[in-house]
Amino acid sequence: MKVKGRAHKVGDNIDTDAIIPARYLVTTDARELGSKCMEGLEPGWVRGVSQNDVLVAGENFGCGSSREHAPLAILGAGIPVVVAKSYARIFYRNGFNMGLVLLEVGEAADRLGQGDELEIDTDKGLIRDLTTGESVECRPVPGFMREILDAGGLVGYAAKRLVQT
Amino acid sequence: MPHTLAEKIIAARSGERIDGPGQIVRCPVSLVLANDITAPLAIKSFRAMGAKQVFDRDRVALVCDHFTPNKDIASAEQVKVVREFARDMGLTHYYEGGDAGVEHALLPELGLVGPGEVVVGADSHTCTYGGLGAFATGMGSTDIAFAMALGETWFKVPATLRVDISGRLEPFVGAKDLILEVIGRIGVAGALYKALEFGGPVVDRMPVEGRMTMANMAIEAGAKVGLFAADDKTLAYCREAGRLGDMPLAPDPAAVYEQRMELDAGGMGPRVACPHLPENVRPVEDLAGTKIDQVVIGSCTNGRISDLRQAAALLKGRKVDKDVRLIVLPATPGVWRQALAEGLLAVFMDAGAVVGPPTCGPCLGGHMGILAGGERALATTNRNFKGRMGSLESEVYLAGPAVAAASAVAGEIIHPANLA
Repeated sequence: MKVKGRAHKVGDNIDTDAIIPARYLVTTDARELGSKCMEGLEPGWVRGVSQNDVLVAGENFGCGSSREHAPLAILGAGIPVVVAKSYARIFYRNGFNMGLVLLEVGEAADRLGQGDELEIDTDKGLIRDLTTGESVECRPVPGFMREILDAGGLVGYAAKRLVQT
Repeated sequence: MPHTLAEKIIAARSGERIDGPGQIVRCPVSLVLANDITAPLAIKSFRAMGAKQVFDRDRVALVCDHFTPNKDIASAEQVKVVREFARDMGLTHYYEGGDAGVEHALLPELGLVGPGEVVVGADSHTCTYGGLGAFATGMGSTDIAFAMALGETWFKVPATLRVDISGRLEPFVGAKDLILEVIGRIGVAGALYKALEFGGPVVDRMPVEGRMTMANMAIEAGAKVGLFAADDKTLAYCREAGRLGDMPLAPDPAAVYEQRMELDAGGMGPRVACPHLPENVRPVEDLAGTKIDQVVIGSCTNGRISDLRQAAALLKGRKVDKDVRLIVLPATPGVWRQALAEGLLAVFMDAGAVVGPPTCGPCLGGHMGILAGGERALATTNRNFKGRMGSLESEVYLAGPAVAAASAVAGEIIHPANLA
């Protein structure tokens, strides 16, 4: 997948209550959840986001609850890729399961600036910052997760398995 | 090779040879659970997968506990989806209304979880069952839909951080203070992707309810599971809950730990986590005098009978400060009934508390105790993220039941020993 969009930076330990506060969990609709994305961090945050923009985060992104509404809200806001120093583990599974691509880049996330124009090739694991000319390489997606992504997410993967049984 | 608790359970349940952390294994599950917030999404994924039936109708538990009793029309619609699914699938373990409680207090009480089992739940505090020696972990709804349909999941075998706790505990210091101290030392990502394994003389002496309080907050350090060995106390608890045939479980003496931590808790006082992260832990004395507007005693962390007994011991014959709302939510109908029989509810009401139904309610800012801007709460719950209990301008401090009860009386954060 290739994505081109602007970087929206957030800090370390961004929790799921920041990504989508519990009071909005009365729906499972991605677009509706997306309209409240990051409402727990900064009300109205999502108004600055355009389709295909990229979220750039610090350490332990997505910590807290297991709510799948968190990756759904990010996808619903029009963000297809998150680049972070590291992820909380439940969020990491959830992201892939919902089809949100998560790239883990460690400290290199600091080299990407707020509002920079990014061009990302998720297959090659390459992030180019078109504003500064910087390039960041990232860890390839682990083998097992690729199987799930290849099936179009966990729903597709399970559907295949259920047909076999 | 010798195994940690996590490795031992995964090896036994998956039937695979476990050579150490990092290995990815497919593993059958003993129980799958979800709640009124996460089940609707899981059901949606379950149907999209083309699944027609759950893998075992006795081993999928759905508990409506977060926004129940239904707080508004939208949450009532969600519960309806869960109820109808439970009915369609013929699930044995569906809980709503008078038999529902906070899931992680309820399921152990009903004997649905036990040592050596693998439990996955669409709720991050599923790790609570590690207190009974179960490899139990939270996942998202789609992972849970997969497990509901196929009865299995996959894990990456976690590295283990072993925590040994020694020393003689001071009065008013309990499981909550110990887990807050651990999180304060290692941070909210201190055990990211790892298993926390607790042991040592303090843990050996600790009642099972305390172990569940500690395991419950393993996730607040980023851990996948928080594990305790299953000993005589565990087996007695499980028998009491109606289970048969549970076996003791311990890590191998030569197990390989990625990291070790020794905590000498002797002389340590109560601990409080300050806004807005569970790692901002300080001795209660440092915060003495901090004014509070609300105290919540309850949740999957500290809503069990032993917690209510501690709180009642301090509230007996005293009054809650006139500027504080004290909300007590016994975590399950069983705890509620027991507290009633022991006269604890009368103690709470005489002190001026609101005694509510079993619900997660205020812990996640759902209902039954939402904070206004500028308000400050002290709660026995597990998270104090910004806005967790209401307004983004509100604050939540976390503590054990003794500090919570004493502070409700004082109107400010106080060491229980200093209560007049």
